[in-house]
Amino acid sequence: MLNVTIILIILLLPLINFLVLGLGSRSIKQPVSGTIATVSLLVAAGLSLMIGYQYFMIKGMVNGTFPPIELFRYPWMVFGSKLTIDMSLVLDPLTVMMLVVVTGVSAMVHLFSLGYMKGEERYTTYFAFLGLFTFSMLGLILAGNLFQIYIFWELVGVSSFLLIGYYFSKPAAVAAAKKAFIVTRFADLGFLIGILMLSFYGETLDIATLIQRLTAPAGSQSMAIQTAGWLGISALSWGLAMIFIGGAGKSAMFPLHIWLPDAMEGPTPVSALIHAATMVVAGVYLVARLFPIFQLSAGILDLVTYTGIFSAFFAAIIACTQTDIKRVLAYSTMSQIGYMMFSLGIARAEDHYLGYMASLFHLFTHAFFKSLLFLGAGAVIHMIHSNEMNKMGGLRKFMPVTQLTFLIACLAIAGIFPFAGFFSKEEILLATYHTNFPVFVMALFTSGLTAFYMFRLYFSIFWGKHQSHDPHHSEGTLTMKLPLILLMLCTLIAGFLPFSNWIFQGDTPETSHINWKFSLLPLSLSALGILLAAYFFRKPNNRIADTQKWMGGIYTISKNKFYIDEIYLWITQRVLFPLVGKPAAWFDKNIIDGTVNGVGNFVGSIYYFIRGMQSGKLQDYLLYFLAGITAWMVYFIYIWK
Amino acid sequence: MNLLLLLIVPLIAAICIMLSPRVSAVRQISLAASLIQLLLVGWLLYQMLNSRSVSAQSLYFEQVYQWFPSWNIQFHIGVDGIAISMMILTALVVLAGVLVSWQELMLPKEFFFLLMFLSLGAYGFFMARDIFTLFFFLELAVIPKFLLIGIWGSGQKQYSAMKLALMLMAGSALVFVGLTGIYLEAHSFDLSVLSATRFPVAFQYLFYPLLFVGFGIFAALFPFHTWVPDGHASAPTAASMFLAGISMKLGGYGCLRVASFLMPDAAMHYAPIIIVLSTCAILYGAFVTLLQSDLKYMNAYSSVSHCGFVMLGIGVFNTTSVYGAILQMISHGLMTALFFAAIGMIYFRTHTRKMDELGGLLAKLPFISSVFVIAGLCSLGLPGLSGFVAEMTVFVGSWESKSQWVRLATILSCASIVVTAVYILRASGKVIMGPIRETFVNLSDAVWYEKMAAFFLLAGIFLMGIAPFLLQYIIGNEAAAIVTQGAQVLINK
Repeated sequence: MLNVTIILIILLLPLINFLVLGLGSRSIKQPVSGTIATVSLLVAAGLSLMIGYQYFMIKGMVNGTFPPIELFRYPWMVFGSKLTIDMSLVLDPLTVMMLVVVTGVSAMVHLFSLGYMKGEERYTTYFAFLGLFTFSMLGLILAGNLFQIYIFWELVGVSSFLLIGYYFSKPAAVAAAKKAFIVTRFADLGFLIGILMLSFYGETLDIATLIQRLTAPAGSQSMAIQTAGWLGISALSWGLAMIFIGGAGKSAMFPLHIWLPDAMEGPTPVSALIHAATMVVAGVYLVARLFPIFQLSAGILDLVTYTGIFSAFFAAIIACTQTDIKRVLAYSTMSQIGYMMFSLGIARAEDHYLGYMASLFHLFTHAFFKSLLFLGAGAVIHMIHSNEMNKMGGLRKFMPVTQLTFLIACLAIAGIFPFAGFFSKEEILLATYHTNFPVFVMALFTSGLTAFYMFRLYFSIFWGKHQSHDPHHSEGTLTMKLPLILLMLCTLIAGFLPFSNWIFQGDTPETSHINWKFSLLPLSLSALGILLAAYFFRKPNNRIADTQKWMGGIYTISKNKFYIDEIYLWITQRVLFPLVGKPAAWFDKNIIDGTVNGVGNFVGSIYYFIRGMQSGKLQDYLLYFLAGITAWMVYFIYIWK
Repeated sequence: MNLLLLLIVPLIAAICIMLSPRVSAVRQISLAASLIQLLLVGWLLYQMLNSRSVSAQSLYFEQVYQWFPSWNIQFHIGVDGIAISMMILTALVVLAGVLVSWQELMLPKEFFFLLMFLSLGAYGFFMARDIFTLFFFLELAVIPKFLLIGIWGSGQKQYSAMKLALMLMAGSALVFVGLTGIYLEAHSFDLSVLSATRFPVAFQYLFYPLLFVGFGIFAALFPFHTWVPDGHASAPTAASMFLAGISMKLGGYGCLRVASFLMPDAAMHYAPIIIVLSTCAILYGAFVTLLQSDLKYMNAYSSVSHCGFVMLGIGVFNTTSVYGAILQMISHGLMTALFFAAIGMIYFRTHTRKMDELGGLLAKLPFISSVFVIAGLCSLGLPGLSGFVAEMTVFVGSWESKSQWVRLATILSCASIVVTAVYILRASGKVIMGPIRETFVNLSDAVWYEKMAAFFLLAGIFLMGIAPFLLQYIIGNEAAAIVTQGAQVLINK
């Protein structure tokens, strides 16, 4: 069952969607294109579930662990004698888990888009781009070669660009698409340099071989990379730091997060797929994939930890003050990915790598409830035609299904038992409690904040003051409700899966444990956050305005996202363009081209000079003749001996 | 197959064009001739791969004719994998160039005549195995460009044509001095004889810069690149495509095949200077591109930046980097030709190339806009398109160098991919996306000949980007062979 054909079918179905719908974007009409794409994605999701079942339950386990299975390998490009980019398909627990997540969420998003995107002019193109994205994401997770990851990494980046810029005549969408691409490109530069560094010392691009060589305690490659260095930091740490920059860019970690909130300009289902569940966790995936190498450098693990916890905390604060519901969700995504990051950073051998398992568990559960939240927000936006919280309120009577599913997703992200988020977040908190107490305190506080801002969102949309809206709009078609319900079911089930038996670092699986005594504190903090949100937002009141006044400057700073965007804008507009670009252009025009023209003019003036001599006047010629004779005479008499 | 066919076909076509009575016949002859050229090159490739699978040689379809026996000058032609890949590039660009010029109304006879003549020069250059023959064809390719820009150009075309011709002539002069030096030293112009000769180191140090800079001017070597922006901006579309797609490749090919191949000691000696200059070109070119508001100037400056990768690959001079330089020549040729074609199509419809005056074209010109975006994505090195394959090979190659300074240069060159992304997206955002202007609502999308032109170039770009192993198969270890000679020299030291 775990053969290459099935995997190839899963991989190529979205690619075929892209090619067929992309080339036939003008000839394939509306419902047909969407249906083709959705059906093929549902098939892919079904096959992935089957693969997951076969791998984890039946065939995959050998002697208590899950060895990677290489299904396919083709030498795509050969550099010199050592480095090769092999296009490969490798199944291991991490890949299989991601396979289920990516195809599952993608299928749900396709289904939802059938109703959400109905009537759009570039409907077929939209599904084509979704296909390109899904294909690239699958290629990324199935890769067994570091450079292959980079290739698909760039491709998901461009799909994200195309989908954010889907409403291309809206200047805000164009700006957001550009921003997303350029910021992640900047981070990818780090990734590329990291690949060059690691592969140079490891003498391979194959991930498994690279890990094996660099972690061998006395191997020549691992000795070389640990001893070589620059500025007192080993080449290993430099390479990992560079790779982490790439991951941080894609996963919107501070300070490379600025593209994610703006990316919400894209259609909402896209945000659910790319900017919540799949692409943005690619950075976490990358660190997890290379974790055996990362754990060789304690400094880099600390970098991962502190970047993660700071991003989690920072984003949670901003999320409390945003009024665009998609932006709240975007900052919440950033915050949750921060959890995954620091959880990887604090995973230690002494702790049986609990953080590693917890991080990926959170990635898994987060994918379901966050895409559910985004799709729910999409349903709301579809009805209200606005992203602004103050245009909403009292919607629970008009959208019962959305309200219920949204509530469950909010409970899940707030970490309330028995929803999926509870289980994964508990593991993360437990892991930090074991290894890094300050981080634990911050993580705990952030989890309370999370409950607060999520329920602020929930109450503002579905409770509070009822806003009048167009009565013609209903909650949406069945194809829009069905994904909400299915994802809600996933959110209910996911936490109970024996995840820790499947994905672990080291030799033996971690036993799953819920320590109720430990859970009491996070649970009560979350409950406090929810109650606080209810106090402020459940019914219309002026407590919010009073508190805003009381908070003063802090509120304004948070509302303006700590002015990070302005700082970037200042650097590009006031530094990069005028201080680098302009001088370079000036130098080219005046100095280099000026020299070229100067040479031309110089030759030209010689010409004028010589032409002036050919005057045709006998007197002039006589003068030159006499001058010449005199010069020669002087030379022969006085100088030439 | 007889290689001379590839020279005879454009020549006959040029003559027929001059004799043909009607404009439509002129076009049809040119199209037929360029299609035949493409088929011939394809057939050549097939035959070469066939005979290579039987027995590997260094040269295929070799032909030698005495030309000036008293000076030991032969008309010596032959191809290998590198030359053939450059000829595939030439055939594709010529075909696309003819197709986009389909509606050339001003003096069409002369226009197509010159295009054919240019392709003749390019084919001859790539197949030449005698450096005098090579020089002969190099010169043959300069004059038509001067006329194409001076007559059919736009803007300050006289200035640009003159600048281009004079700078390229200066390059040729340097090359000629270099060739003369080689002849006086080795008494031969034949590449296969010369490659077996080991020139004295002092001689190499003196003559390598002449040859390298001479050819380098053609390939936009910093700081001799200023003919590129003006020349491209003033040239008609097809001439821009030829200029960027083929002519600049003559320079890179010459640097590799003549300068570095024959004088590896000097190549190693001058490597730091070349690497510094090419890193300058890459980064500085990218930053200057940021500031351009005219699409053609943008693409021309971006060519300076991209040709810097060719020079970087040649400068680092190891197997991978030289292979990368060759890939970058092919990739840049296809991509820039496609970009100029798209810009030409936009200009033909909107009569402007200023980014600020354009906007929202995707709504009305979906095909042309898609081509524009794909060319842009190729330029910024998106995987799946040719630019990625070439640039990554150069990066990996130059990273292999042991020196920290070369690593630094590599990192700086890598950084250019970010700047490239900025200017490409800036241009796409302004021209393709955004709200459409009222004056453009009645525009109509590409017609068949424009679609065909884009198709051939796109096919090359995608094929190279998706299946880079094909080119690897064609070129084989010939890039290594160029470098090995240098390595041999180093071992002997």
